[in-house]
Amino acid sequence: MGTPLQERTPAPHGNQAALLAALRALLPREALLVSEEDKRPYECDGLSAYRRLPGLVALPENIEQVRQILRACREHGVPVVTRGAGTGLSGGALPHPEGVLLSLSKLARILEIDPVNRTATVEPGVRNLAISEAAAPHGLYYAPDPSSQIACSIGGNVAENAGGVHCLKYGLTVHNVVGLKFLTVDGELITLGGKALDIPGYDLLALLTGSEGMLGVIVEVTVKLLPKPERAQVVLAAFDSVEKAGDAVAVIIASGFIPGGLEMMDNPAIRAAEDYVKVGYPVEAAAILLCELDGTDVEVSDGIARVRELLLNQGATEVRTAKDEAERLRMWAGRKSAFPAVGRLAPDYYCMDGTIPRKHLATVLRRIGELSREHGLPVANVFHAGDGNLHPLILYDANKPGDLERTEELGGRILELCVEVGGTITGEHGVGMEKINQMCVQFAQEELTQFHALRHAFDPDDILNPGKAVPTLARCAEFGRMHVHGGKLPFPDLERF
Amino acid sequence: MTRDADIGTELQETVRTATARGTALHIRGGGTKDFYGRQINGQALDVGKHRGILAHEPTELVITARAGTPLAEIETALAEKNQMLAFEPPAFGPSATLGGTIACGFSGPRRPWSGSARDFVLGAKILNGHGEILRFGGQVMKNVAGFDVSRLMVGALGTLGVLLDISLKVLPRPEAEQTLAFALPPDRAIAAMNEWSRQPLPLSAAAHVGDTLYIRISGAGSALRAARARLGGEPVEKGDELWRELNEQQRQFFEGRQPLWRLSVPPATPHMALPGKWLIDWGGAQRWLKTDAPATDIQRAAETAGGHATLFRGGDRNAEVFHPLPQPLAALHRRLKQSFDPAGILNPGRLYAGL
Repeated sequence: MGTPLQERTPAPHGNQAALLAALRALLPREALLVSEEDKRPYECDGLSAYRRLPGLVALPENIEQVRQILRACREHGVPVVTRGAGTGLSGGALPHPEGVLLSLSKLARILEIDPVNRTATVEPGVRNLAISEAAAPHGLYYAPDPSSQIACSIGGNVAENAGGVHCLKYGLTVHNVVGLKFLTVDGELITLGGKALDIPGYDLLALLTGSEGMLGVIVEVTVKLLPKPERAQVVLAAFDSVEKAGDAVAVIIASGFIPGGLEMMDNPAIRAAEDYVKVGYPVEAAAILLCELDGTDVEVSDGIARVRELLLNQGATEVRTAKDEAERLRMWAGRKSAFPAVGRLAPDYYCMDGTIPRKHLATVLRRIGELSREHGLPVANVFHAGDGNLHPLILYDANKPGDLERTEELGGRILELCVEVGGTITGEHGVGMEKINQMCVQFAQEELTQFHALRHAFDPDDILNPGKAVPTLARCAEFGRMHVHGGKLPFPDLERF
Repeated sequence: MTRDADIGTELQETVRTATARGTALHIRGGGTKDFYGRQINGQALDVGKHRGILAHEPTELVITARAGTPLAEIETALAEKNQMLAFEPPAFGPSATLGGTIACGFSGPRRPWSGSARDFVLGAKILNGHGEILRFGGQVMKNVAGFDVSRLMVGALGTLGVLLDISLKVLPRPEAEQTLAFALPPDRAIAAMNEWSRQPLPLSAAAHVGDTLYIRISGAGSALRAARARLGGEPVEKGDELWRELNEQQRQFFEGRQPLWRLSVPPATPHMALPGKWLIDWGGAQRWLKTDAPATDIQRAAETAGGHATLFRGGDRNAEVFHPLPQPLAALHRRLKQSFDPAGILNPGRLYAGL
């Protein structure tokens, strides 16, 4: 059972030398990177544990150049891996050693902010936060806010269906995209939607969102803009057990609240964040909840009073309401810096991304604790409690022989645990290269076969990001831990290795 | 009352046989949406008996039910827990099923603010054209494992798969709602709807009917009082009834046999110069037109505005009723159809000829 890195690379398709000659004729000199030194910055995305040099890097400046690159790659049978800002956390933009790494970072213009229809039309390389900044003078903003939002690009957000801390109320990327332009592997430009609320035919907007660069290359995105809420207010509650915190979340939801943000951190995450940013988190607590309500002024005031009461009734040992905007931002600063804060505790950390039905939270955290001890690797947990998306952070040392392998093994076990309780292996980071083995646990043979068939409707020769997101059946057979449904062993017709 | 039953394997057998013989199947639930899409012939595949709510966990905000479950049963179960389907689907009759609702992808007046049918789909169990039972998505809010096949099913009119079980996100019902009326002509109503939509107001519906703009606000009582003070307008007494009748197309506007078109356009599109009677919903983004104007005129006007047009009811149901797709996109549709249903037996032609 190989880790993704040890996997045999798929047989090289096509003729790289001929492709290079073709691209040289099509693109300005500076738009192609071929030396090892120039290609080095592109060897990994945000999942830096996985690295690989691309065959070459192309940096087109406009749609026409992207189209020509695609046509040349298709003609020469060379794989294309599209990359945005490279902040992805699942190795989705891990280069193909014989392929072209297609960076869209130069397609970074904001084409239009339409305050009346409440949309922004942008090129894929535009940063997530830049959209909200451009919309701010109109009192509007773009809702999905992945924690990397100062750096991540909207094209990458669409490819991964990125989330953030406001998903329960405002949805993921898929709920906020109204139009896309993408190039097919043949270089044909297809427009889906625009500023209307829906599109004719099959819902390819939904299908392209989260397709991890395997169906087409997104070259323009139109997103919905929302009016900025009049007010946001946050409450911090401390609990002496994770169970109580989990129950409190259920009670808040059952009482009819859909908080703008509802986050949980366990004790190791609280301590790490407090050590790092000193925001006054209660470091003795087993868990804290951050519950933010947004809306009109009066609505938020009434809501906060009721939420405080609910939290106290659920046995919170302490409930704090931010006195002012500065304190609200401080309370969030601890949560938003949780990843780097945990990162200070060990040379490396590995961020997982399962989603579980919330009612299983206590069980899942207990089992994660047991697995953590079994593997001898500490784990801190931050949790988008409102929508069930759990981010266990595994601490390890990549320089210690065997640590990365044990980390991957532990991570895999955690994801399988998420599937076991009725959840999923990835809530918002994507499958990429990282979780490809666990896809064999989540999906049955026929489902994976359907995914491949669907993909081939767009890309019959597996040119676009090959080997990512959807495993081959052979890979699943080799991986060994498989989807079992109704007690039947899947892949009965495949040889065992 | 009909009992809950899982007839998944029975349906699977029928699909397998049909695939082997190349028999076209006409998928049916409660039969309330027979008017929609293109006219097709085929052996009936009755999904209506595949019914029952499988799970409803109010604190997880998720409901899972078999496709044949009556929409009314689901709405009643949700209402008991003070929850709702926030996309407010129209039923178009008491026998409407969940499967038909999702296959058509219909959403009601709340749609611009809360999201559409496809926005609320979390997962689906389907039968593809090979007769394989496949599960996509799940019962959790956030899930990006694999291509989003469950949302692809929404609005596909059964041409990619037979829906078996569906999981939906549900939301709490608003504490209170209030409908306000404003006497305004259509162009000024469009401007007002879009102006208010830019502000942080608790809007949940906005439609222009006849010479009146109706606005619905939803939320806590305190929020509604504040919003009313800002918006003005005349309170409408039976607001719920008004929105239900609009959604179910029971208002006078929808009567008669003249073709009914649905234009989906950018919300601030100025009032459109096509002959016929108009009703504007979704804050300007969905416009109903009763007209005998030629299809090409209507499609061209919708396209010029940046949207698309559907012949929703009436007219020639043997011709295309959905907006024509440009060539590369149409080819992609055919290949997608092929990837799910290579024998072309699932509702062939219901969406577009050749799909």
